[in-house]
Amino acid sequence: MRGNTIVGEAAVRAGCTCYFGYPITPQNQLPEYMSRRLTEVEGGIFIQSESELSAINMVLGASVAGARVMTSSSSPGISLKQEGISFLCGCELPAVIVNMVRGGPGLGNISPAQSDYFQATRGGGHGDYRVVVLAPGSCQEVADLTMAAFDIADYYRNPVLILADGMLGQMMEPVTFENYAPRQIPEKDYILDGAKNRPSRINKSLILSPQMMEDHNWKLVRKYKTIERNETRYEEFMMDDAKLAVVAYGTAARIAKGAVKRARGDGMKVGLIRPISLWPFPSDIIRKRAGKTDLFFVFEMSTGQMVDDVRLALEGRSEVYFHGRPGGIIPTPVEVLRIISRQYYQKGLGE
Amino acid sequence: MKKVYERPKLLKDAIMHYCPGCGHSIVTKLIAEVLEEMNLADRTICIPPAGCAVLTYNYLDVDTSEAAHGRACAVATGIKRVLPDRLVFTYQGDGDMAAIGTAETIHAANRGECFTTIFMNNAVYGMTGGQMAPTTLVGQKTTTSPFGRTVKNEGAPIPISEMIAILGGAVYIERTTVTSVSAVKNTKRAIKKAFTAQVDGLGFTLVEVLSPCPTNWKMTPLKACRWIEEEMTKAYPLGVLKDETARTPGREAANAD
Repeated sequence: MRGNTIVGEAAVRAGCTCYFGYPITPQNQLPEYMSRRLTEVEGGIFIQSESELSAINMVLGASVAGARVMTSSSSPGISLKQEGISFLCGCELPAVIVNMVRGGPGLGNISPAQSDYFQATRGGGHGDYRVVVLAPGSCQEVADLTMAAFDIADYYRNPVLILADGMLGQMMEPVTFENYAPRQIPEKDYILDGAKNRPSRINKSLILSPQMMEDHNWKLVRKYKTIERNETRYEEFMMDDAKLAVVAYGTAARIAKGAVKRARGDGMKVGLIRPISLWPFPSDIIRKRAGKTDLFFVFEMSTGQMVDDVRLALEGRSEVYFHGRPGGIIPTPVEVLRIISRQYYQKGLGE
Repeated sequence: MKKVYERPKLLKDAIMHYCPGCGHSIVTKLIAEVLEEMNLADRTICIPPAGCAVLTYNYLDVDTSEAAHGRACAVATGIKRVLPDRLVFTYQGDGDMAAIGTAETIHAANRGECFTTIFMNNAVYGMTGGQMAPTTLVGQKTTTSPFGRTVKNEGAPIPISEMIAILGGAVYIERTTVTSVSAVKNTKRAIKKAFTAQVDGLGFTLVEVLSPCPTNWKMTPLKACRWIEEEMTKAYPLGVLKDETARTPGREAANAD
């Protein structure tokens, strides 16, 4: 199956009954798939909305009515959704949002890129909030993380963003949907379905009293801390004796893994740290490596965004080198290997 | 003694923040009365987006969701599609309906989304302090049209209800006001008719209420009511703009054709 349709099938199998979205390349196979697939689901709802603004607010409505709901887009469309994402966070409503990132800024192009890392992890919308950001590196992981995303969203009452790119969206690989182990989700005691035999409920993010607004913000922070403790995901590859650690996520990590394997073949002690959750960022695992690993080689398909989080985690205790290819360029493992080798030997790690 | 009038139980025992002479408090009470009379309170979801009415949940004792400015019709779409047997209504001002939320409004109406919009038209942005609205009359002075609205600079007032009335998904559109006892009663009848059409699954319904804003118009409540009757109704004539409730088959039947 193709990455974009895997997202759709995984969502349906995780209990998603509602999809709202607006066409944009390179993710159109996903709404196209959902427009057919959701007709086979009881209570399935598909609307091609008039805009991204409308789509994310339909998501908010379906979420507050208790449904599992998803929207998807690519970079410029995700920019338009930011207002709604801020409201979802303020109202503590679950939703799954998919960004098949393309080159930017502006209209950019439709090639794979990783230039929306800041927008995804720092909150492109207004206010003190966090969105769980999951970055798959293969089609199987697209399936697994999409299914997990619905449970994480419901469990914490918080939006979850799947951050992939046009490469993963278009890539075809065999997948299984059997890895999914559903979580126990707390009863949705916040949904609005008419106040029958219970007091009426209010869904809002408007809190006019500064004291109550501060309390609400700290309540959100406590939730975010819990998420940081429980939902940090990463992969370590050949890191045991690594003198140089490549840090990369998603498509870039896939390319980097090829380069790391070749570097090992050439006798270099090189490993890979692949953050899977970008927020919460696996800072601890990087911090633990500080001092043991001489050089952190951050590779992104951007001009350097995640590299800030690596530097923050290391707090200056190890050296960081950045290699980036923005604009929709997909470098080869050979190119990355060449730069790894140069850094490895220039720093004297081969001795 | 015979009891002839009672405060609706759905109206919470709270002091409203609305200014003296404002139309919101009247319409909020009318909605409470209609929901009680139709026995719909325990299956209703109200969506008041940004604007003076955002605090409606402090007054109306039904399930209520806020919406971002302009997005009420999108939020209502999401809720109503998931819960098709509930009564869903938005309660929107003129800026929300006809400026920042025009797209959401037009497309929800065109899809024939089966919810009701109560549209409070007072020709200004009330909550933010009396700036020009899309419905501000030509010549009307506001804080952002200090010399009076001109067609040349700001364009003519937008007749959003007339625009919606030409769309296939809209089944009932009526414009009323609350400037007299009879007008208030007429508004209540219109709200009831819109809710009934929604319960019957006919399509999109809208009641536009020309509503006084004495504070921002800098008028006494009485003068504000006269201004609606003498000036506003020239740009926004009262009456039924569309009524297909007698012959619309409803979404399910329409899909079966």
